[in-house]
Amino acid sequence: MEIDTLNEEGMKYTTRLKVPGTIQQIPRLARYQISEYLHSKRFIALVAIVVAIGAIFSFIMNYYRSTAITDAVSFYSSSWAGGVTFIIVLSAVFFGGDSIAGEFQNKTGYFLMSAPIRRSTVYVGKFIAAFLSSFVIVLIFLLIMIANGAYYFGENAFPWQLGASLLFSLAYLLAVLGTTFFFSSLFKTSSYGFVLTAILFLIGFSLLQTVVTGFAKTEPWMVISYAQGVIGQVFNSPINWGLSATVSTTKFRTPSGIGTLTTYSPGIAEGILIMLCYFVLTSIAGLFLFEREEFT
Amino acid sequence: MPTLETVQLTKKYGNFTALDHLDLKMEGAKCVGFLGPNGAGKTTTLKLLSDMIYPTEGECYINGIPVKSNRKLALADAGVLIETPEIYPSLTPREALTMIADLRGIPSSERKTRIDEVLEEVKMSEWADQRVGKFSKGMKQRINVAASLVHDPDIIILDEPATGLDPRGMAEIRQIVRGLKKRDRLIFMSSHILQEVTDVCDEVALINKGKLIFYDTLANVTARFADGNYSVDVALSREANKDVAREVETIKNVTSCEILDKNRLRITFKGGPKAQQELLESMVKLHLGMLSFADSAGTLEEVYLSEIERGD
Repeated sequence: MEIDTLNEEGMKYTTRLKVPGTIQQIPRLARYQISEYLHSKRFIALVAIVVAIGAIFSFIMNYYRSTAITDAVSFYSSSWAGGVTFIIVLSAVFFGGDSIAGEFQNKTGYFLMSAPIRRSTVYVGKFIAAFLSSFVIVLIFLLIMIANGAYYFGENAFPWQLGASLLFSLAYLLAVLGTTFFFSSLFKTSSYGFVLTAILFLIGFSLLQTVVTGFAKTEPWMVISYAQGVIGQVFNSPINWGLSATVSTTKFRTPSGIGTLTTYSPGIAEGILIMLCYFVLTSIAGLFLFEREEFT
Repeated sequence: MPTLETVQLTKKYGNFTALDHLDLKMEGAKCVGFLGPNGAGKTTTLKLLSDMIYPTEGECYINGIPVKSNRKLALADAGVLIETPEIYPSLTPREALTMIADLRGIPSSERKTRIDEVLEEVKMSEWADQRVGKFSKGMKQRINVAASLVHDPDIIILDEPATGLDPRGMAEIRQIVRGLKKRDRLIFMSSHILQEVTDVCDEVALINKGKLIFYDTLANVTARFADGNYSVDVALSREANKDVAREVETIKNVTSCEILDKNRLRITFKGGPKAQQELLESMVKLHLGMLSFADSAGTLEEVYLSEIERGD
C-alpha cells in the first residue's frame, strides 16, 4: 500500500506503507486485547465476583466485627492480604487461561497471525493486556477494602504497609500470569490451561508447600504459594526484609512424647525473588513453546 | 514485480509427507489457481507461505524475502486468508479491521477511509459496528477477506475464500478477485470450485499427494490435455435443443456441441484464441439469443480428474 505523506516543506509525496517496529506493535496489540477483555463477559463476571466478595466481607465485618482487629494494619493483614491472592489467581485464570491456547482452539490465531507480527510480540502484548486487566480487578478489590478501612479507622486507614503489599501482590500477579501463560502455551485446548492453573494455585502449591515443610523438613523456597506470604508478612512486626526465611519452631505433645512443628516465613526480598524467578522462567518457557507451536 | 516462490518446500508430520519438495515460482500480476483433492497439500503450502506452520525442508519466499526467518517483512506486502479464521467475538468488524490496520502501520488519518472501502467491497458496511460474535460463517469470511485486503497488498494468498459463502457471496468474491487482477496484484488462490478457477484465474497449479503435477497457463493446460480442443459454455435465452446443437456444429472448427441443460450448451472447437473469436462472431450471427459465452470448466474438470486418477 502507498500512503501520502507531507515533507518538511509541506509538499505531499507518496511512500510505501511501513510496518511498525516490534516495540510499537506491542502496546497496539495490548490495547486491542484489553478492549476485547473489557467488552467480554468474563470481565463483567470477574467484577461481579469481586464486588460480591467485597459485599459479603463488608457485611460480615460490620455484623461480627472481630475484637482482634483494632487497627488498620491488622485489618488489612486479615482482609486485603487474605483475599487478594485469591483474586489474583482468579483474574490470571480468567484473562490468561486461554490467551495463547485460545488462539489455536478458537482459530483467532489465523486472523491475528496473518498480520506481519512476530509471535513474541503477540505473547508480550497479550501478557501486558492480561496483566493490566487483572490489575484493574485487583484495584477494585483494593478500593472495597480501603472503603471499609476508611469507615472503621478514618484517616488512619492508609498505612504504608498497604502500598508495599500492593506492590508485592503485583509481583505475585506477574508470577501467576507467567505460569498461566506457560500452561496456555503448552496446550492447544483452553480448558487445560484454565483447570491446571486453578488447581495448582488454589490447591496444588499449598499442598506441595505442606509436604515440603512437614515431611522433607525443608524451607519450601521453590513453591510460589510460599513466596506469596510476603503480601501479608509486610503487615507483621518486625518485618524481615532479608533474603532468608524466618524460622520458628513450636513444640507440642504427642502420645509418644514431644513433637516439633517448624514453620518458615519468607523474607520480603526472598519472596519477591522467588516470584520474579517464576515469572522469568515460565515466560521464557511459554514463549519458547509458542514460537514452536504450529497452526495445523 | 510481486513474486511468490517455494524452493524444495517439504512438510512432514511423522512418517506422513504432506508436501514433497515443492518448487513453484509465480511472478507478476496474475491470478494463479491452486487445485488438488482433499489432503493434497494445498492448505499446507499456503500455511507455509504465511508462516503458520514451519517447513521440514526447503524455504518459501514472498517478494524474495524468506518467510521463516523474516515473517514480518515477508508478510508486510501480502494479504493472507487461511481456512476460516475466527475474529475476537466481542469486537466489531470495524474494531477488528482497525486492529489489523494499526498493526500493519496504516496511518490513523487513512485508516477509517480504507476500512470503509474494504467493508464496502465485501458488502459488510451495514454490519460494521455490530459485534462479530453473532455473525454467520459467511459474514465472518467476508470480514476475513476485508482484513486480507485492508492494506491494499501486492500479493494475496487465499485459501478457499468462498468457503461458507452463499452463491451470491461466492460471486462477490470472484468479483473482488477480478478487481484485484485489474490492479496488478499477484493472487494465489486454492479452490475446489473449478468454475471459479476457470472464471478468474490465468494460471493453474495442480498438486496431488504433496507433489506438483503441473503449473501452466489455463489456456495451455486445457489445450495440452484436450489435444488442441477448447470448450466454451454458452447460455441462451431460447431453448437449447438438438436443432440448435446441429446448427452450431456447422460452424467452422466446431467439433461437437453438447446440450448441458434447457438453456446451456458446451461447444468444443479446434484452434486457439483466434478460432474462439471467430466462433463467438458466428454464434452472434446465428441469432440464438446468446446470453453468455465463457471458457468451460468442463475441460479443466477432465484434466483435473485424469491427472488425479493417474496419480492414484
